[in-house]
Amino acid sequence: METQKKALPLLKAHDLHVYYGAIHAIKGITLEVYENEIVTLIGANGAGKSTTLNTIAGLLKPRQGTVALNGEIISGLGASKVVPKGLSLCPEGRRIFQQMTVRENLEMGSYTRPATEIAGSLEDVFKRFPRLKEREKQIAGTLSGGEQQMLAMARALMSKPKLMMLDEPSMGLAPILVEQIFSIIKELHQAGTTILLVEQNAQMALQVADRAYVMETGNITLQGPAEELLHNEAVQRAYLGS
Amino acid sequence: MIFLDNLINGLSLGSIYAIIALGYTMVYGIAKMLNFAHGDVIMIGAYIAFCGLQYWGLPPVIAILAAMAVCTLLGVTIEGLAYRPLRQATSLAVLITAIGMSYLLQNIALMIWGANPKSFPRTFINGASIRIGQLNISSATIWTILANIVIMVALTLFTAKTKMGKAMRCVSEDRGAAELMGINVNRTISMTFAIGSALAAIAGVLLCSSYPILQPTTGSMPGIKAFTAAVFGGIGSIPGAMIGGVLLGVIEIFGKAYISTELGDAIVFAVLIVVLLVKPTGLLGKPVREKV
Repeated sequence: METQKKALPLLKAHDLHVYYGAIHAIKGITLEVYENEIVTLIGANGAGKSTTLNTIAGLLKPRQGTVALNGEIISGLGASKVVPKGLSLCPEGRRIFQQMTVRENLEMGSYTRPATEIAGSLEDVFKRFPRLKEREKQIAGTLSGGEQQMLAMARALMSKPKLMMLDEPSMGLAPILVEQIFSIIKELHQAGTTILLVEQNAQMALQVADRAYVMETGNITLQGPAEELLHNEAVQRAYLGS
Repeated sequence: MIFLDNLINGLSLGSIYAIIALGYTMVYGIAKMLNFAHGDVIMIGAYIAFCGLQYWGLPPVIAILAAMAVCTLLGVTIEGLAYRPLRQATSLAVLITAIGMSYLLQNIALMIWGANPKSFPRTFINGASIRIGQLNISSATIWTILANIVIMVALTLFTAKTKMGKAMRCVSEDRGAAELMGINVNRTISMTFAIGSALAAIAGVLLCSSYPILQPTTGSMPGIKAFTAAVFGGIGSIPGAMIGGVLLGVIEIFGKAYISTELGDAIVFAVLIVVLLVKPTGLLGKPVREKV
């Protein structure tokens, strides 16, 4: 861990300030994600977790501060130019294209990549999500909630990201599906994808993560190894319900 | 026979509405705005074709292509200058801008071409009519219906198969998610305006071939009726625009023929009101999706 920290972080958000009109939603956040880590961002509703991810992805523009991927500044480029740099966001609420087929959704995920590479990626994704292969030609809106979440994750993988950001992947899913989603996250991580995970389910998130940041009303109030935060009394009281 | 004559006239007029309605419905579907200047782009297209034929001596096909090129450029320019800066603004602000743009185009036409109606020249579109038994079908009617079918097939294939077409469907469904795929939303919207405006030029030429009086307000009424057709069929839906346009044309002609010539337009809008009362999303419109 120590030697890793001296290396250049894969993602570095530095002193981000984000506003919605006059509302100061993110008040100077600095966070880092190193290669091959799972980092989680936990916190209550409205703490600014999704806003942070959306800003990193380029959907929102920070008024101040920078986001760098592999040392290259990507803030201000806009989301569509951030994707080909190797960063993808699987957004909150899945936001799959409901009226397109499963396969079309996946193809859109690799929109920025050369057409010749798509077949191989599709095969990889179908191997990981056999359920999606079965439903390849089905209209995405007719999938169950769990399948839609898998499709959203598979779609985000289709751009071959170096860093994948997941926003509330377990939201609204039955406990057994939550388990399944988290085991997929672990598998993706083992396959070499770096992950930044935002979760309400702090317990699960801290169990899979290497490091964690705790957010409160636009600030990071705690950070450290996930194991440590899992046993931190303040965290337990506030987010783990014990 | 009169019934068949009327039906064919209705299909022809409806085909023109359908081609115009496509412009409305595509722009609405993708940019989520009502481009009320669309009818006036038709008028500009018709004037360009008129100039090409009358003053510059261009062959008809080249004159039509020139009209399409100018309208494409005009559509993209209008979007870039007037609508793009308002992307985050309220829909009311965009709507008013579109109405303003409509008057601007009419007044530009008034400055350049004057208020006197021009008589649109005859071209290959107004060739010999075809006789089938007692039925007489004009050449313009055949060209119009043919153009409508070709455009419908081409657009359906374009949105179903091509990368740009799929990107348009993504932007139409969820702009933010489309951006997360790496789709350049502004470019996609520009492209939509380009296609809609090129189709407007074709509609302008077809309209003036059947009804050869050209003046700065030529595009207004067909524009509004085509908008009605788009809503009728389900705004945002390409097949809906087609069906809405054709039905509206047929209803208008039948209304004029069998009920009252004066009330033809009123009948059209009355039908729209009834359809919207029964099915508020239009014939093929999709119900608003619930967020999960």
